[in-house]
Amino acid sequence: METLSPTQIVIEILIRFWPVWAAMIIVGTLSFVYRSRLGLYGQLYDTGVGIAGLAFIGFWLFSALLAGVIAPFDPIGVVPILKNAPPGTIDPETGQAFLLGGDKLARDVFSRVVYGSQIVLIIAPAATAFALMVGITLGLPAGYYGGRIDSLLSFLANLVLAFPVILLFYLLVTPGITETAIPYTLAGLFFIFPMIFFVMMFYTRYQARPQFMWSAIAVTVVIGTWVWISLVSNDFVVQALRNNGLAPVAALFDLPVFKMLSIEPGQLNIFVAVVFASSPGVFRITRGLVMDIKTRDYVAAGQTRGEGPWYIMLWEVLPNARGPLIVDACLRIGYTTILLGTLGYFGLGMPPESPDWGTAIKDGSQLLRLYVWPALVPAVALMSFVLGLNLLADALREESLKD
Amino acid sequence: MISFIARRVGIMALTMLCLTLVVFFLVNLDPNLRKLAISQTNMRATDAQIESWLERNGYRDNFFLRYGQWLGVVQKQPNIDPATGEAVPRFRFCDEPAEARFSGVLQGDFGCSTRFKVPVAERLVPALQATGWLMFYVMLVMVPGALIVGVLAGMREGSRTDRSLSVASIASTATPEYVSGVIFTVIFASWLGVLNGSAATATREGITFVNFTLPVMTMAIYGMGYIARMTRASMAEVMTAQYIRTARLKGLSFSSVVIKHALRNALIAPFTVIMLQFPWLLTGVVIVEAMFRYQGFGFLLVEAASNNDIDLLLACALVSVVVVLLTQLLSDVGYAFLNPRIRVS
Repeated sequence: METLSPTQIVIEILIRFWPVWAAMIIVGTLSFVYRSRLGLYGQLYDTGVGIAGLAFIGFWLFSALLAGVIAPFDPIGVVPILKNAPPGTIDPETGQAFLLGGDKLARDVFSRVVYGSQIVLIIAPAATAFALMVGITLGLPAGYYGGRIDSLLSFLANLVLAFPVILLFYLLVTPGITETAIPYTLAGLFFIFPMIFFVMMFYTRYQARPQFMWSAIAVTVVIGTWVWISLVSNDFVVQALRNNGLAPVAALFDLPVFKMLSIEPGQLNIFVAVVFASSPGVFRITRGLVMDIKTRDYVAAGQTRGEGPWYIMLWEVLPNARGPLIVDACLRIGYTTILLGTLGYFGLGMPPESPDWGTAIKDGSQLLRLYVWPALVPAVALMSFVLGLNLLADALREESLKD
Repeated sequence: MISFIARRVGIMALTMLCLTLVVFFLVNLDPNLRKLAISQTNMRATDAQIESWLERNGYRDNFFLRYGQWLGVVQKQPNIDPATGEAVPRFRFCDEPAEARFSGVLQGDFGCSTRFKVPVAERLVPALQATGWLMFYVMLVMVPGALIVGVLAGMREGSRTDRSLSVASIASTATPEYVSGVIFTVIFASWLGVLNGSAATATREGITFVNFTLPVMTMAIYGMGYIARMTRASMAEVMTAQYIRTARLKGLSFSSVVIKHALRNALIAPFTVIMLQFPWLLTGVVIVEAMFRYQGFGFLLVEAASNNDIDLLLACALVSVVVVLLTQLLSDVGYAFLNPRIRVS
């Protein structure tokens, strides 16, 4: 079979990624030119570390968005004669090359890595966002009120933190658990926090404009409930509700409106496990920051003015805690990516043919001594993405230390 | 100090109780029990057979009763065969007492592994020893390496050494074990061929440089960057302190200032970080042992979890939770001990 030379492979890959380069150059140039007006994001362009971090993240972000244009093959499509083919082997039928070789099931490694970025870049930031919501909503009162509520919540957080992550995953992401109510209950619990957060935010802020306040709250509740039911409900949940004598609720959950947005039970399970594992960390950081900030004069001033505790927490303490929280969120997305990879590596939760990087590394590492590329390529991809996030976090920390 | 430790130990015991209860609940979920029953009877067992097997072996008893029995605060009843009226053990490969008695974790009885068909302790002890060696070598590589990198980077903040070492440590925190393992195996085992890509021989024939370097290196890299970053931050902070300036002004050489004056204070914070690194290493152990086929604690945990070996999984959970909590306690006590400015109340 014909193969491309290493130089040709490199050139081919560079050409394949042309939409990414174009998007990165456009966004990068525009941001660089207008960096003085872009606030914190613009300041990142002042340091080499920040630009490097943004470049890595931008690369994978645009790869995920434009995966359909970049990848020449279907991520789960099989070309039998290219099983374990070395990088650059040309498929005689289509004339297209397997740029980074084929894996043990004769799929294109290059296309799989590109499509795998989609899974990683959806789940990791989304799970981090939910973990932030849960951690912040619980961390604010714990730090602000202290006392019994703090002791209870801190004990629960320490309980989860004392669980070795890997054990937690093995217990929470076994295939059998989707037949029980646990993942759906936990999902229901976690997904309600963003709603509480935003409702409290509008309620405390816009007391003086009741019309605006109630409409904002109504919109939040409607959208929140729609997303909540869509994510939590599936055939199993509907059946379980019906069996437990909650037929009206089951009928509500079964409405076609809630079928527009749905998530596989396995993915929901992963999502829940990741949020569960990382929200105590956010809780601890938020609690510590709030305990520090609540001793400031402007908080005392707010209390003297007679502002409610939730107004102070959400609109006075939280904005002043944003620096460390943004840095932490950045690092946490990277850590979540690593956790997702761990799950994939142990074959937990993800479907076996999934192109995500962890699963690909697991599949590839079985034959690593004979064929290095199926494992090496996703490994480098995962490393570069997490490296980008860590560099970005470092640059952000430097920036926040400046003020 | 004594009352501080006593209170911490009390909270630890409560945490352990809660965590083991949660683990006990999760491993005894219905789908897990059914999986166990199927693997212990046969593949084509009917629902009625499964149910009767679970009933006969006491898996359908009250949940808290069973938890108490596992813990050793409720007496374990002998398993009476209804046909003969004699006491027969639940699993033929483990002995069981013929009369009711307390026999749980508190008495040192970890139960019976259904995966390996031996009492749990028989597998757990050698596995912990094997992992102990792995941990020992990892610490031996990781801690001094990280401290040297951190001190070198932190002693001259903003210098070229500092910047390049910092980027290197950021890169190492971005490389989880399953990534660095793959990369190192490709380089050292596939291309150069100098090291073994598997540590399976280490279990049988003893640890050698050739079969053990890759697992140790893989595990050390991920934690190293984090400790180095902490050491750097702590070192950089100490180097701006007044007493360091005084020492410099009175004419001491830079190296003696760093070694004699700065180092001692700079190493307090990394101590805590190193202790808190243990829970992290636990995940690393599982990945590395699976990747390099080394039969230690991580291997046991994976086997127990994927075969739903209830007693073995509970024992593994208990061990890991104890490790995590003990290191947390040690880090708190040690920090107060090392830093005279901290007084525990």
